[in-house]
Amino acid sequence: MLSRTASNLYWMSRYVERAENTARVLDVTYRMSLVQREPAVAESEWYAPLNITGTLYPFKGRYSTVRSDQVLTFMALDPANPASILSCAKQARENARAVRVTLTSEMWEVINSTWLELSKLSGKDLSANPQAFFDWVKERSHLFRGVSLGTMHRSDAFQFMRLGTFLERSDNTARILDVKYHVLLSGPKEVGRAVDYYQWGSVLRSVSAFETYKRVYRDAITPLKIAELLVLREDFPRSLQFCLHEVFDILNRLSPSPRAEVLRLGGELDSRLRFIRIQAIFKEGLHEYLTDFLSRTQALSEEISRTFFRPDASAGPGHEFASMPRSFTQISEP
Amino acid sequence: MPHAVNEMYDESGAVRPSYQKLAQWLGQQSPERIAQDRHAADLLFHKVGITFAVYGEGAGTERLIPFDIVPHIIPGERWNLLEAGLKQRVQALNGFCHDVYHDREILRAGKIPSDWVLNNSQYRQEMIGVNLPGRIYSHIAGIDVVKAGDGDYYVLEDNLRTPSGVSYMLENRRMMMRLYPELFAQASVRPVEHYPDLLLDTLRAASPRAVEDPTIVLLTPGIYNSAYFEHAFLAQQMGIELVEGQDLMVENERVYMRTTKGPQRVDVVYRRIDDDFLDPKTFRADSVLGVPGLFDAYRAGNVALANAVGTGIADDKSIYPFVPEMIRFYLGEEPLLKNVHTWICGRPDDLQYVLAHLPELVVKEAQGSGGYGMLIGPKSTRAEIDAYRRRLLAEPERFIAQPTLDLSTVPTYAGDELKARHVDLRPFLLSRENHTHLVAGGLTRVAMKEGSLVVNSSQGGGVKDTWVLD
Repeated sequence: MLSRTASNLYWMSRYVERAENTARVLDVTYRMSLVQREPAVAESEWYAPLNITGTLYPFKGRYSTVRSDQVLTFMALDPANPASILSCAKQARENARAVRVTLTSEMWEVINSTWLELSKLSGKDLSANPQAFFDWVKERSHLFRGVSLGTMHRSDAFQFMRLGTFLERSDNTARILDVKYHVLLSGPKEVGRAVDYYQWGSVLRSVSAFETYKRVYRDAITPLKIAELLVLREDFPRSLQFCLHEVFDILNRLSPSPRAEVLRLGGELDSRLRFIRIQAIFKEGLHEYLTDFLSRTQALSEEISRTFFRPDASAGPGHEFASMPRSFTQISEP
Repeated sequence: MPHAVNEMYDESGAVRPSYQKLAQWLGQQSPERIAQDRHAADLLFHKVGITFAVYGEGAGTERLIPFDIVPHIIPGERWNLLEAGLKQRVQALNGFCHDVYHDREILRAGKIPSDWVLNNSQYRQEMIGVNLPGRIYSHIAGIDVVKAGDGDYYVLEDNLRTPSGVSYMLENRRMMMRLYPELFAQASVRPVEHYPDLLLDTLRAASPRAVEDPTIVLLTPGIYNSAYFEHAFLAQQMGIELVEGQDLMVENERVYMRTTKGPQRVDVVYRRIDDDFLDPKTFRADSVLGVPGLFDAYRAGNVALANAVGTGIADDKSIYPFVPEMIRFYLGEEPLLKNVHTWICGRPDDLQYVLAHLPELVVKEAQGSGGYGMLIGPKSTRAEIDAYRRRLLAEPERFIAQPTLDLSTVPTYAGDELKARHVDLRPFLLSRENHTHLVAGGLTRVAMKEGSLVVNSSQGGGVKDTWVLD
């Protein structure tokens, strides 16, 4: 298929997935803020969405404080913030518009009407009922995925979309875990405190893993097991292992040759996740492990771009709507 | 000036036979249903994304073209005449293109002044002596016709370069069938839905390589082009790749598209980019939309372009007056469709007449399109006419003038009421070697403002479904 088309499809699904994940993080942060705590802790909660999306510095350039209503507006509906849900939906739609021919009309209608409805909310204040909005964003993303699975021809186009979905999802899960790792590592002495239960629960809920955790472990929530579920479980669809296994599988189908570098990088990532134990990761340090993971997926993402989207160096002007992924997040706590 | 013909009602106010079923049906519908349907149509068009970009309203501005639910109905026997006249015209125009880039017989016979053609900015020196398969230049033509006050069809304009609008013809029909399936069950309306299949056949037939399944692509300027929706729509309907200039490359005078599995040879380019922007090596060097080397590959016969380069010489407004002569010269037939009398302002006698009759005439730029920059004398103020007179005097050779035609009208919703509004019609003709065909219908454009004769969508015009009855 056309290289530009592949690139547009890949970025379209990355942006859809990114919008959904941003909604998840905001949703969970908002819920947490409803639990009564000291104001300082409550405020610190609102750094998380900014850290996860790598937008703390641009945010601080605009606001002198970090308040819930400000973060909600900035991350959800601010057209000037390229990481906002609104901007992601716009990028998804612009990428989709460039490849309408490849999408089914149902897929296009979902993505187009989502953007049309969102654009009406541009710049508005969300603080009255943010949860309804986040639910809606998640539903639209679910709808788009469902429509894609239910209507799209299983061609390379379909595979490039899935490639974008799983890479973006693994990136988001890793970032959520990384930003929240201090919560997980706050030590066993505080086990049992209601706040911790909420904190840990919130990490799980932000990736729809709460029920899965209960079913898999039938146990109290512990940091080690949360990390195991989100990093290593091959049967949980948002874990790093699950996502990277899908990525490797897709690369096997798409790869121009069995010796391609892109395949080696994908295989290496998949294997590293498959054959490690969570205890070893904690020994190395979860933060260090995730930092390494994110730089490896970044390298893979660049190799995907070199292999499929720019098959020869003399390619014309760059892709108008595709964009590079976010630079690696600066972790900064108040 | 004769009065405009109303397509639905005759002079006595009685409903014409072609509209009887529709009128009866309309009479049975509640105003609420009609209002609901019109709203539903707007929503659907928006949802499907049938919008067009408007130049000069900021990047990315998208608008819906107003859609009116009352169809433009043409009785079968009238259409058959129209169809024969259109085919005849397109065949002659293709013959003319071949001739002026080869033996120039029509010029040597003195039927058209040589310098009129050879010094025309639309005459492409690069095309001289280039041999095209089947001698087809305009594979896809859109001919604008109107019915004037005398009840006859006139050709207003030939569009032989990159005519657009066919997607609206198809979507308007789809919308009408979705809203009013019961109407189609009653009236026998000829189908238009197979147009994409015919177009694909036409493009396949243009392939210079005798392969079973030639690779065909649609070349678009990109998503900011006003007709991008149509480009995407047609590519999807035909199942071909929609490419931009950056997706194609030329090596050894062969055209390839860049794919995830490496370069793939391309046989036919259905291009929706103007000649000037096709190839920066041959035409405008500053074009970023085109493909360097494309023209060399074309001249070498390794790729087909639809339409060919250089068709602008045949649809130029200053060449238009000679089309009836072309039909006689190449086909030995009398023209079946009328031409609108045209004064060419570059000719001193014509200019004299035009200047003396500005308030009655329509004056257009010979190179203009989209209804931009034209004067409609009877609808203009003294000051507008004077301003136009100054432009005309400064560069008379840039203008042509025609009598103001009273275009026929079709009832159209204005608010909640039906009002007579002027329409034109653009049927689309597909040509391959020794064969020209078209689907029964076309794009009906309607001027939404009372009394307006400007139907262009860029000027606020709307569209209607066109029904050719059996």
